Amino acid sequence: MNFDYNEEQQLLADSVRRFLAKDYTFEARRKIVASSDGWSPAVWATIAEMGLTGLPFSPDYGGFGGGAVDLMGVMEAAGDALLVEPYLATVGLGAQFVARAGSEAQKKAILPVVVEGKLKMAFAHTEKGARYNLAKVDAQARKSAGAGSGWEVTGEKFVVLGAPAADKFVVSAKTDKGLSLFIVNSSSSGLKIKPYVTLDEQRAGDVSLSKVPGELLGTEGGALPVIEEVVDFATALICAEAVGAMKFACDTTLEYLKTRKQFGVPIGTFQALQHRMVDMYVSYEQAKSMACLAASKADSPVDVRKDRASAVEDRASAADRARAISAAKIKIADNCRHISQESIQLHGGMGMSEELKVSHTFRRLTMIAQQFGDAEHHLARFARLS
Amino acid sequence: MDLSYSQEESAFRDEVRVWLKTNLPQDLRDKVANYDELGREDLLRWHRILAKQGWVAPSWPKEFGGTSWNVVQRYIFEEECGFAGTPPLIPFGLSMCGPVLIRFGTEAQKKRFLPRIYQGEDFWCQGYSEPGSGSDLASLKCKAERMRDEKGGAHYIVNGQKTWTTLGHYADWIFCLVRTDSSLSKRQEGISFLLIDMKTPGITVRPLILMDGGHEVNEVFFDDVKVPAENLVYEEGKGWTVAKYLLGHERMNTGRIGASKRELAKLKEFAGRQQGDDGRPLTEDARFRDKLTRVEVELMALEITNLRFLDQMRRSGQPPGADVSMLKIKGTEIQQSLTELMMQASDPAAQAGFTGLAKRYCNFRKTTIYAGSNEIQRNIISKMTLGL
Repeated sequence: MNFDYNEEQQLLADSVRRFLAKDYTFEARRKIVASSDGWSPAVWATIAEMGLTGLPFSPDYGGFGGGAVDLMGVMEAAGDALLVEPYLATVGLGAQFVARAGSEAQKKAILPVVVEGKLKMAFAHTEKGARYNLAKVDAQARKSAGAGSGWEVTGEKFVVLGAPAADKFVVSAKTDKGLSLFIVNSSSSGLKIKPYVTLDEQRAGDVSLSKVPGELLGTEGGALPVIEEVVDFATALICAEAVGAMKFACDTTLEYLKTRKQFGVPIGTFQALQHRMVDMYVSYEQAKSMACLAASKADSPVDVRKDRASAVEDRASAADRARAISAAKIKIADNCRHISQESIQLHGGMGMSEELKVSHTFRRLTMIAQQFGDAEHHLARFARLS
Repeated sequence: MDLSYSQEESAFRDEVRVWLKTNLPQDLRDKVANYDELGREDLLRWHRILAKQGWVAPSWPKEFGGTSWNVVQRYIFEEECGFAGTPPLIPFGLSMCGPVLIRFGTEAQKKRFLPRIYQGEDFWCQGYSEPGSGSDLASLKCKAERMRDEKGGAHYIVNGQKTWTTLGHYADWIFCLVRTDSSLSKRQEGISFLLIDMKTPGITVRPLILMDGGHEVNEVFFDDVKVPAENLVYEEGKGWTVAKYLLGHERMNTGRIGASKRELAKLKEFAGRQQGDDGRPLTEDARFRDKLTRVEVELMALEITNLRFLDQMRRSGQPPGADVSMLKIKGTEIQQSLTELMMQASDPAAQAGFTGLAKRYCNFRKTTIYAGSNEIQRNIISKMTLGL
């Protein structure tokens, strides 16, 4: 048992943190958010240079063969800095499908370019009315007329994270055999994106597809387990991101309690506020524990350790992974709300101000609480799997 | 990062589990499972079984009977005991007076008391709280006056009252914080740590019956009680130092994770046999089930948090800091939620007479109050960890 990052993980987390502290200050981020694309090519280039786009991919395709645990420190740093670059959409979602379900040819064609930072991806899945139900898809795919193995995908996808920046999409659609995945190019005719800014200042869009040429990814009709696996992986990543954001919210609130004076004394001398501050830190520690669990479980299908009994009865099965991820997301969602709301309350009026970073952290934590399923969704899923 | 136990740690867990299976007497196991009251003999019997095996005081130095287990092994042992449903080991001798004597006691005190604590020959209790001194312990008034004997020796005369004395009615000895000097402006400096034989004339023990009808705590009155000066631990006026040392000592099982895991399993099993209004098992009722899941998730988080602290401790070699207070806060909240859900699951039955489950719910309100109320724990984190 060991809860530390290894030396490599720690070095990487430190260098990401240093880079973000220097080049991704709150001011710099504000400019990026206000720019027309809402992400920064310069930052993206550095992310690729640092090897972050290659971290969770096999060395066969130029990557570093890492897993969710290796990404934890990076995601914590991203949460602290409120990174809005399309990192999760590309590395945590889109390219993960290729890495896990793609043919050798697809992996060779796509992953090295992703690793180099020259290809951004997004996962176009959720449809109106599906809420968090991953199985509910109405988009259709049909074999294209004429020769070849091509498909045509038609449907409406909703709030696709990173859509405006994506070069390629992984799109879910139904064929005669059931739920399947397809790779489509964003430049294809018939594909339209309605871009917007989400409540946490990231870029997303509604993607409309009308007979868009697509390449089958993985087994026709067999997409659901892969979707669950990748979404669980991405959930583990945002759990770690939440931990970074929570840490910032706690630290900055504590600092405020020590410096803000009322009635002639720092407000942190008031017990009513001290106890609330303590509860925030307890929330943060509990969330961090569950993020550790989520990351180590997200890795378990690829990193099977059958010869060992585990601290939390580790069985490297999909159901076990899903149950642990849901447990983590319940706690993370609850504690995202608790910490974000309290951080604003303890800042008083200042917490409401757009000028303070903490109000932006509030927005990201609010989003994470519901991203890939809110607490209620995961309570139901956890119970189904128990 | 690796949340798995090592092969050695798993083997150790198996060893403990197998040993508990064969050595925990069935009648004690049943009493614990049925929430029956455990008498002095029940508690001492289990204590002595562990003493015979050499496992009763794992954290003590080897020379006094410790096991040389590392913190993770100690945690595994405690968790397995909790999960198996052993009677509790009463902490007053093993985890409080013992470590104090090992750290501050004279050679004579160690020789005299430690083997008897280890073997379960003396039953100890703790004399800290007083009617006017709960969370504000340093305000205590129970007075000990140093007197000269005719023969040139010395003794103390103790007058005053202690309260909430857990299992005082079973105890052979009590360790007390007493006031030896009330003239000092810094009131902590006038406090001393004294060992008192409960059979000494002038001691009266009066039961305090709790709202569940149970007798576990007492008031202890001291009326001109003569205590030999050799029973003073450390120096006169240094009792607060001794008490503070205990605060940081051996609090890693504060979360009671093993016991809560057992209760959770029991609750699930029990609720699965209860019918909701629609006739289906209560565990399929979304409103009940969500409450159950939230407690389960909170317990999972606490377990990992506890392991993270242990891991830090093992690596740094430092005793746990104020963050252990977090384990107490969360651990006791979970214990209370479990008793509450258990009573809720048996709802109409719980109202027919004062049932065991309802009594347990009532009794467990104590957990967030005793051993430093959860508000005091928040004060500790606020001051020590957050610097407020």
